[in-house]
Amino acid sequence: MKYAAKRLATLLVTMLLVSLLAFLAFELISGDPAEIMLGTQATPECLAALRAEMGLDQPLMVRCLQWLMGFFSGDLGTSYHYKQPVWELIAPKMAVTLCLSAISFLLIIVVSIPLGLLSAGRSGGRGEGLRTAVNQLCMAVPAFFTGMLLSWVFGVALKWFTAGRFPDLREDFWGAVQYLFFAAVAIAIPRIAMTVRMLRSTVNSEMGKDYVRTAISRGNDRGAVLRRHVLKNAVVPVVAFLAQTLAEILAAGVVVEQVFAIPGLGRLLVASISNRDYPVVQVIVVLLAFWVVLAGTLADLIQQRIDPRLRLGGSL
Amino acid sequence: MKKKRNGCLTAGLILTGFMVALILVGFFWTPYDPTAMATGPKLDGPSLAHLLGTDGFGRDIFSRVLQGAGNTLTIALATVTMGAVCGVAVGALTGYFGGIVDEALMRLNDALTAFPSILMALVIISLLGPGKKYNVVLALGIAFIPSYARIARTAFASLREVNYVKSAQLMGVSPWRILWVHILPNTMPVLLPALTIGFNNAVLAEASMSYLSIGVTPPDASLGYMLSEAQGMLSAAPWYAAGAGGAIILLVFGVGLIGEGLQRRDRGVV
Repeated sequence: MKYAAKRLATLLVTMLLVSLLAFLAFELISGDPAEIMLGTQATPECLAALRAEMGLDQPLMVRCLQWLMGFFSGDLGTSYHYKQPVWELIAPKMAVTLCLSAISFLLIIVVSIPLGLLSAGRSGGRGEGLRTAVNQLCMAVPAFFTGMLLSWVFGVALKWFTAGRFPDLREDFWGAVQYLFFAAVAIAIPRIAMTVRMLRSTVNSEMGKDYVRTAISRGNDRGAVLRRHVLKNAVVPVVAFLAQTLAEILAAGVVVEQVFAIPGLGRLLVASISNRDYPVVQVIVVLLAFWVVLAGTLADLIQQRIDPRLRLGGSL
Repeated sequence: MKKKRNGCLTAGLILTGFMVALILVGFFWTPYDPTAMATGPKLDGPSLAHLLGTDGFGRDIFSRVLQGAGNTLTIALATVTMGAVCGVAVGALTGYFGGIVDEALMRLNDALTAFPSILMALVIISLLGPGKKYNVVLALGIAFIPSYARIARTAFASLREVNYVKSAQLMGVSPWRILWVHILPNTMPVLLPALTIGFNNAVLAEASMSYLSIGVTPPDASLGYMLSEAQGMLSAAPWYAAGAGGAIILLVFGVGLIGEGLQRRDRGVV
């Protein structure tokens, strides 16, 4: 419990730091928002009026505090480009991206864990070269390229979904899930290859340890040793890897959402970067960072539940 | 003991060598001018005159792929060099000397490496301004520094305790010489595979950003941007996507095999 409390405190501090950093970075580098909104032709009076309206005449610290409070009150400023409150713009897209990430993550777990365990303990032999080649090839194909092919095959040729027409999540949930599924496959393939490779090497290095040799020499079945003893020890690094995967899914999603024309956070992020719509970029970046930090914390907590050594503050 | 053949490394070196040779030739000579229109019939399939067919303007896709791959290769190399040199420098100093600076920097680094490098690059590019070639290199290069710093730090910190380093210290060798001559060469088994992985990440990240039109944009050629063009004509000219996508895949596949081969050689499993 003490560990969990400490970890949560670190989480909160990290989140605060990340938001501060994001605020300052965009504040210092992005230039004067009033000028961006009105263009270079604006008269000084107009600029001054807009600055006052947006609260830009306040000192930096005050604005920073206001911005941070915005995460609790839902007032995160107004988009330069869409002239809409940022929160209204982001909220529906967040749900879509969450769904996409969840489906991708499920796919990765469901496919890669059995595959990884199956291929572990079977090193060497004739299949080895082929397996390595397939594994490396899966990692080499960019997710957006797989996405293009999938959306063409299933959207254009087979018409299993209508590419470019994303059903509303609330109205047609299963339709939306079906649409997202193909995007999730594109995101998942390279990550599955990486997870399988990681699982394989973790399990294999664990299988070479003394306790496994002892267990087998005492007449235990290889499979039973794998299930009962090795898995428990191999799972700790895998949890950390999967947390990193959660973050990577998000990154791949940014591009794949574009391929499938999915109205998610990633697509909004890219559009906002192109439009130099800083209030939106700022908030999305902070939200993505929260997600990454949260996944890391969750992994730490799970790991210390599994491995008592970590609970005592030791390290592996 | 007879040396076993390292299939991964050999295959990777051959494939990468072939791709790099093609790209190098592409710097000086391409079958057609990559930007010249109507070099043949529009949307023509692969033939001897046009190895990868032509696009909607009648431009030769093979020449365009060569040019785009050249850009991708230069950007990836520049990015990895920048990320690795800065990252290894930081990691080496903090890992070898330790202390409070090391602690503080590594805490910061833990937070930074958790953030996927392509997202980091997107953030940096949104600050620098999207759509410029040098900004892509800068953004990706900066985004890669933390991961190299972390790898280098672990390697340097563990080698600090090794006997040959300690004896060098006792002999009064200067810290710089120890870092450069005694430790750095011995971190290569860790650093080299990291370089190949970084190169692949750079290629994929650059292609993704250009696909999103916030990376390299015309008039500069890029495989990612070509793929976004090709997506619209996937039914009419599938060879366009196949050419641009295939170039990325082969490049990453080859370097990935080299990385895998290096790691296996290091572990002694072939």
